[in-house]
Amino acid sequence: MKKYMLDLIIKENKQLSDQYSLLILTSPEKLPEILPGQFAEVRVDGSATTFLRRPISIHYVDYELNELWLLIQVVGDGTKKMAEIEEGKSLNMLIPLGNSFSTPSNIDSKVLLVGGGCGVAPLLYLGAHLKKIGFEVNFLLGARSKADLLQLCEYERLGNVFTTTEDGSYGEHGFVTQHSVLNSSNFDYIYTCGPTPMMKAVANYALKTSANCEVSLENTMACGIGACLCCVTDTIEGHVCVCTEGPVFNITKLKWEI
Amino acid sequence: MGNLNINIGKLQLKNPVMTASGTFGYGTEYSDFMDISRIGGIFVKGTTIRERQGNPYPRMAETPSGMLNAVGLQNKGVDYFINHIYPEIKHIDTNIIVNVSGSTIEDYIETAEKLNYLENIPAIELNISCPNVKEGGMAFGTTCLSAAQVVKEVRRVYKNELIVKLSPNVTDISEIALAVEAEGADSVSLINTLLGMAINAEKRKPILSTITGGLSGPAVKPIALRMVWQVAQAVKIPVIGLGGIMNAADAIEFMLAGATAIQIGTANFIDPTVSIKVIEGINDYLDRHGFQSVRDIVGALEV
Repeated sequence: MKKYMLDLIIKENKQLSDQYSLLILTSPEKLPEILPGQFAEVRVDGSATTFLRRPISIHYVDYELNELWLLIQVVGDGTKKMAEIEEGKSLNMLIPLGNSFSTPSNIDSKVLLVGGGCGVAPLLYLGAHLKKIGFEVNFLLGARSKADLLQLCEYERLGNVFTTTEDGSYGEHGFVTQHSVLNSSNFDYIYTCGPTPMMKAVANYALKTSANCEVSLENTMACGIGACLCCVTDTIEGHVCVCTEGPVFNITKLKWEI
Repeated sequence: MGNLNINIGKLQLKNPVMTASGTFGYGTEYSDFMDISRIGGIFVKGTTIRERQGNPYPRMAETPSGMLNAVGLQNKGVDYFINHIYPEIKHIDTNIIVNVSGSTIEDYIETAEKLNYLENIPAIELNISCPNVKEGGMAFGTTCLSAAQVVKEVRRVYKNELIVKLSPNVTDISEIALAVEAEGADSVSLINTLLGMAINAEKRKPILSTITGGLSGPAVKPIALRMVWQVAQAVKIPVIGLGGIMNAADAIEFMLAGATAIQIGTANFIDPTVSIKVIEGINDYLDRHGFQSVRDIVGALEV
């Protein structure tokens, strides 16, 4: 897929909480084709401590409205600057980068999309893609507390949503891997994105239940296009770049201790 | 419009702007963003005699105005390069230069010998300055004796332009430059990364898997500029300057200090098209100052 460097304009900046912002970006030009699971390398201007671009998951793409959505979690000064960007300003990004989630070949496959914290971001676009093809989509979304469960209504538009919070303030109390739906249903395909311990626990569940499982990794990156070899993960084929061979990996490819 | 053509020994460049090894892959990674044949030269990823997996993750830490890396020369080896990568890039209309690294002198010799026979590789850059491999690399570049020895042996077998990339992690870089010049280096490039370190205080752990790594980016530019100036004063062979160049003004500073050409490294990560902007910026500088040729600004610093 051809990659572009684009200046996209902030159409709307919805501050979801002190920690999260939803950026809705647009362009006078038609947005390029972007696949679920791909990411953007966003340049951060005006932050003295931020030198490199920041890899950000594509949260959603609306081709009719020519909109690209990014879900920003404030982690450091770079993401803070991004989360506070004013409407009408632009963000420079390299897009679309990385591979994508696969689509099950059998339309009757039961699919589960498991997200934790800000890791829920790429699952919205994936869910929309799967729903459009005709899959019944199930989301299992976890967070520390209710305030960290992001964009719930958007996920609810696309399928069944199961939730957990670590403090019990919403949904079932505990981690996503403790949710009752995992005992009451079987899934053929599980897609997950979130903190590594969570993804490892999900991968473990997938292995036990013989489900196909794809994880989206979030390694620190410099170039985002396979040139610097900084973001590698260890696979059965050796060290490979998460930015080009990933970010999505089938768990059978990763050398994970799970 | 000034003339941007410039030569490094026998190497003819359409302009003095090249991309640094390890920051530009094999060039094709960037071809979606621009016409890469407009660049004066592309230094491809460090190549070794055998495949190397490189260091474990994490290999990178962002630092103030720069970054540390500890990639550790991950590459598929020279034979893979010759059989699989070279055929894909040999038609790019610019100078493709292979950066060569090794753990022993024999590794360097064997790799250089194999690259001798590739028609469209007009030069190699001998990397005696990688700080990220335990058993060699920088070790060759930090004493005059070992630097001279490896250059002498490679010079015996390698017939094309031999560029030697110098380490800044030394007391006197001019001495090393003089030592490699005496053994037949056609030019020197400097600087490679500076040995540095980053710590996560909350976890009380180093950020890099290798604890230390190589610092690059604008943070190192004043040091690089000083070293280019010192080396250009000391040697007669051309000097290729690099270290933290982010824009045309930075590139011009290196040329004024005595660099015949420059390489852009870390800046490629921030703006994949930066090299084209630097070429245009140099051209604009020549026009504004009434220089006919970019050659006129090499070493033109008025002290």
